[in-house]
Amino acid sequence: MCADHDLVPSKSTSRRGFLFKLGLALNVLGGVLVGIPVLGYILAPIRRLGGQAWIKLGPVASFPDGETRLAVYQNPTTVDWDGATAKTACWVRHVKGERFQVFAVNCAHLGCPVRWFAQSRLFMCPCHGGVYYEDGARASGPPPRGLFQYEYEIRQGQLWVRGGQLPTLAGPV
Amino acid sequence: MAWLPFIGRWLEERAGLNAALTPVLDHPVPRRSASWWYTFGSATLALFVLQIATGICLALVYVPSADKAYDSLLYLNYEAPFGWFLRAAHFWGSNAMVAVMTLHMIQVFLWGAHKYPREMTWVVGVLLFLCTLGMAFSGQIMRWDQDAYWGLGIGASIAARTPFIGESVVPFILGGPIIAGRTLSRVFTAHVFLIPGILIALVGLHLWLVLRLGVNEWPMPGRLVDRETYRQRYEDDVHKDGVPFFPDAARKDMVSMGLAILLVLFCAAIFGPFGPHGVPDPSIIDTAPKPDFYFLALFALFALLPPWTETVLLVFGPPLAIVLLLAVPFLAGTGEKSWKRRPVAVLGVILIVLTVTTLAGLGVVVPWSPVMSAWSALPTPVAYVKGRTPLELQGALIIQNKQCRNCHSLGGEGGRRGPALDGVATRQTRDQLIRQVLQGSGNMPAYGKNLTPAEVTALVAFMQTLRPDNQPPARPSVAPAASAR
Repeated sequence: MCADHDLVPSKSTSRRGFLFKLGLALNVLGGVLVGIPVLGYILAPIRRLGGQAWIKLGPVASFPDGETRLAVYQNPTTVDWDGATAKTACWVRHVKGERFQVFAVNCAHLGCPVRWFAQSRLFMCPCHGGVYYEDGARASGPPPRGLFQYEYEIRQGQLWVRGGQLPTLAGPV
Repeated sequence: MAWLPFIGRWLEERAGLNAALTPVLDHPVPRRSASWWYTFGSATLALFVLQIATGICLALVYVPSADKAYDSLLYLNYEAPFGWFLRAAHFWGSNAMVAVMTLHMIQVFLWGAHKYPREMTWVVGVLLFLCTLGMAFSGQIMRWDQDAYWGLGIGASIAARTPFIGESVVPFILGGPIIAGRTLSRVFTAHVFLIPGILIALVGLHLWLVLRLGVNEWPMPGRLVDRETYRQRYEDDVHKDGVPFFPDAARKDMVSMGLAILLVLFCAAIFGPFGPHGVPDPSIIDTAPKPDFYFLALFALFALLPPWTETVLLVFGPPLAIVLLLAVPFLAGTGEKSWKRRPVAVLGVILIVLTVTTLAGLGVVVPWSPVMSAWSALPTPVAYVKGRTPLELQGALIIQNKQCRNCHSLGGEGGRRGPALDGVATRQTRDQLIRQVLQGSGNMPAYGKNLTPAEVTALVAFMQTLRPDNQPPARPSVAPAASAR
């Protein structure tokens, strides 16, 4: 219908050429203005959203000397709709006196929950058969290292750990 | 009914669908290609449409929120009218889609359909296959039960092994530092918007390419594909000895599509929906997560790979496999099409199918996993306690109490991580048994710190009784020194 019109703008500074470039520029600008917040929004979790924090696990007295017990805490960074998944479990080994070891339940191999067997003093993983000694050291199976350990502190008779992220080989607890 | 043609004409004048679709339906297909073997693709498409239909229905009820998703699945199973059936159809449909799509892929490969000029059809097909696996994985996560929670943990742990960016990839996938509410929202978005959008676009492209390049002819041994002559020859053949796609070829496609859907609906009605299994509560750790069947082979591979190869294979294996799949038509894009003259291709398919099914079979049995309840739940075989001394009986107790049976079976029951203990006395001497128990080796932890000397004595005394009556106990290979006699 407009065969006699130039669909491709000429190099001259005609109005058509200007409009074409303006149209292009406006859309690129729009794309960038949408793209930056979209990328920032999608990539935001990488910035850790508050990251790790100190978490109270409970009174030292609830972890008897020489025993290893499961403790559960609420993750420090949560949203209201997390439900039960806001919880994280960890294994607390009270070595002696003020000496503790707090292990992530996640196997160092691929993250499955390891279980503690007090009789043989071993942690066993149900997924691929990783086994750890009571001090968290790798005993057998595919894990490339021992269990992930939390930093801990005792403040006024309470056991605190520093945690808040899924432990993996790239970023232990 | 005189108004029907009128409506038809009215629509045609405006939409022109008839004019647009007639050439599509009439396009000529090589006569022999109107075969049952060529119907896997349309069956996959039918299953995809079924997935869309049932998926939309499920989305009407499913709540993509970590605190409510599980309850909404139970509501679908037990309260929503036909909810159980639609969930079941979506589950069986997804299984069938992966399975039929795999058959389609194997068929087009063996029939040489990926060769010139259909390379791009193959490439798009591989992308469709990957998207479908993405749908399968994300769908499995949306079941938001224990398997989903820990399965995602496995996924994140694999992603974490990526060099340099591993630390960033994990929170990117999870939408936060842990698996929780924001994770489910991400997976939901991928499963419901992102991947289906890509899938629909790619299906369109795939079909367009099939129409544009024509359905692959029936390969004849000795009839080679040559870039110079192929297209002209195909055009000549298809016009000389072709049939219109509709209805000549479409008949079989339609039957196969209908059968695929009916089979899924049948499985849905008989077997019902799958899960959700345990509540996704991370503090409940008595769980043994397992993926759906299409990932069982990978799951098994993770247990069986030598640890030192693991990171390399986990991180670079899948991308390499994808690149190889995409490269197939560029590595062998011309020449012989018939599988009868492509022994490497046939052996390759057999090798891959055997590997995947063997691994998946092992993934069902999980012989590498300790049986967590074996020590407290399994009885000691009567034959092994009959007529034993108190010391030996004490050893039998220790075998149970120290969880030995989680990894070692007795009388065929127990773990299979380590060797069965029946007959162990014929293989190891007393000293060897003691050393093995105390120091461990290979895949066995050392029990030196966890057993008292008295316990070791009892344990080994019991193990020395574990041999058939007609077989002598193991003897040291070196005769004891004269003084010890």
